[in-house]
Amino acid sequence: MSMSGTILYLDGVSVAFDGFRAINDLSLVLDRGEMRAIIGPNGAGKTTMMDIVTGKTRPDSGEVFFDGQIDLTRHDEAEIAMMGIGRKFQKPTVFENHTVEDNLLLSLKGQRSIFPALFYRSSAADRRRIDDILGVIRLGARRNEPAAGLSHGQKQWLEIGMLLAQDPKLLLVDEPVAGMTDAETFETARLLKDIAETHSVIVVEHDMHFVRELGVKVTCLHEGSVLSEGTLDFVSSDERVVEVYLGR
Amino acid sequence: MIARRLFSSDRRIAVTIATLLAAAVIVPVLNLAVPAESAFHVPSYVVALAGKYLCYALLALALDLVWGYCGILSLGHGAFFALGGYAMGMYLMRQIGARGVYGNPDLPDFMVFLNWKELPWYWLGFDHFWFAALMVMAVPGLLAFVFGWFAFRSRVTGVYLSIITQAMTYALLLAFFRNDMGFGGNNGLTDFKDILGFSVQASETRSALFAASAVALALGVLVTWLVVGSKYGKLLMAVRDAESRTRFLGWRAENVKLFAFTLSAMMAGIAGAFYVPQVGIINPGEFDPANSIEVVIWTAVGGRGTIVGPIVGAIAVNAAKSWFTGALPELWLFALGGLFIASTLFLPRGIVGLWDRWQQMRATRAVPAEGKAAARTEPQPAE
Ligand SMILES: Nc1ncnc2c1ncn2[C@@H]1O[C@H](COP(=O)(O)OP(=O)(O)OP(=O)(O)O)[C@@H](O)[C@H]1O
Ligand SMILES: [Mg+2]
Repeated sequence: MSMSGTILYLDGVSVAFDGFRAINDLSLVLDRGEMRAIIGPNGAGKTTMMDIVTGKTRPDSGEVFFDGQIDLTRHDEAEIAMMGIGRKFQKPTVFENHTVEDNLLLSLKGQRSIFPALFYRSSAADRRRIDDILGVIRLGARRNEPAAGLSHGQKQWLEIGMLLAQDPKLLLVDEPVAGMTDAETFETARLLKDIAETHSVIVVEHDMHFVRELGVKVTCLHEGSVLSEGTLDFVSSDERVVEVYLGR
Repeated sequence: MIARRLFSSDRRIAVTIATLLAAAVIVPVLNLAVPAESAFHVPSYVVALAGKYLCYALLALALDLVWGYCGILSLGHGAFFALGGYAMGMYLMRQIGARGVYGNPDLPDFMVFLNWKELPWYWLGFDHFWFAALMVMAVPGLLAFVFGWFAFRSRVTGVYLSIITQAMTYALLLAFFRNDMGFGGNNGLTDFKDILGFSVQASETRSALFAASAVALALGVLVTWLVVGSKYGKLLMAVRDAESRTRFLGWRAENVKLFAFTLSAMMAGIAGAFYVPQVGIINPGEFDPANSIEVVIWTAVGGRGTIVGPIVGAIAVNAAKSWFTGALPELWLFALGGLFIASTLFLPRGIVGLWDRWQQMRATRAVPAEGKAAARTEPQPAE
């Protein structure tokens, strides 16, 4: 496999926690500009895979490359984020005591050093960007309210908004529609498809309607490695996948 | 510009600063210009006591910057206070000159007593006030920077961090007890004569020290308010509430903490420097871990995560302590412990939080109170 042209390249990655192999010889390649859906039963290692890519967990073995040449295993979370990988957590994680607007302000792409933050003056460009994102995530009316007061679905959207503000090259989105109504789920699929026009995206989701809505290539993980890969129809008719989901 | 922002956006801070500046003028006048027979006369011992409280308030404010706003529960802030105090104490020792018991113009009494022949290198420069003033901030700042550099980089958090801060102040306590450290050992530094050429005993000097402490505290409030209100301040609270989230956004949480910790240590050092000439002594007892824990209690009682809270807490608890140690000395520790437990259980935001709730109830008597109160978010306690 050639690495150039890939935004993310995992080869033979393994990680064990106290002897338990959460990721087992996992290989996965994402092309630049591609959106991929990842499915798999609970405990398949989907979140752990994201932990490895974002520098939270170091793999025991294997290669993890970003953008064709950057070895991610040599960098920590903040460095990886600055290189252009953004992440939405499975459990929505926003700054609860901060207003919706401040959550976005802290996520805005740009300087990440202490002194510029100390002397930061809000610029017209930043305000415009925040306004735009607030429009996209439909939280304009609540911009000055603390994020703690948002509903579960709204927090998911705010976190997606924070990703947008960060403007990464690659977005890792862990279970974005958990706790959403059908209408919200549909909206989220639309939003992610929009984002995928200009970004590379990995979406982990259990909701098959949502995955179908995305209409992209699907990878099914099981016990820490790839079980099946292809179109949703192909993957969902794969006997091994059916067995994993039903035969337990 | 700052002043306009102050008066429009945060009345409470403006009132606090104005009160401190007014006290800096009024208290000295009532002490010096009003005759002793008058009911308005403020006796000198009250001036000194109040000056001491203001230093404690600045120390508590410094702690709150890291604890209330960043979730770093330092149980060693007394160390930074004491180091600032020692730096000032060294200057005051040098001001004694040949007026010590041994009349040695070159060495402080305790060094003569130890048979030392010359001044250790680390005492050089303390003849100059400007140098001492610099060290008051630089020494605690440097210690905090080095300590924080290692602790935050290795991601020591929560209880573990609290324990090593406590160990830090304990280690300094033991070190400063030793005579060969060259800081007066057990007895510390005392018998001061002059500060900037004025007798430390004179009531004019005492009034001036009180005024200077009040101004220093006012500046501390202003700086804290500016820091906390900046984008960096928002980041500080974000690190408190969801540290790993800030990392995944590209922020270096360790640097965010390091800046606040260092700034806070410098503020604590300044507080110690104003404290020493007013109480007339600095000794290793100031490094006692129990002192650092008391600062945490003042802050909790006043209301952490607020700017006014630690000031109110430090003054209220110490006023209570002064009264108790006069009236019922054996009960003070029980009262202090009870106060801490009561405030953690019933007043998560301390006296200031109670005041806020009372204000809200008054404002929304017509409207059901709960809705408003629930909408207001309170800072989450540190883990
Ligand atoms: N830090 C850790 N320490 C120990 N075990 C872990 C750790 N992180 C993950 N695991 C284990 O690794 C396995 C894979 O977990 P992971 O969270 O990646 O699954 P997942 O595919 O995201 O599942 P879900 O759909 O439930 O979110 C689980 O059995 C989990 O308990
Ligand atoms: Mg998961």
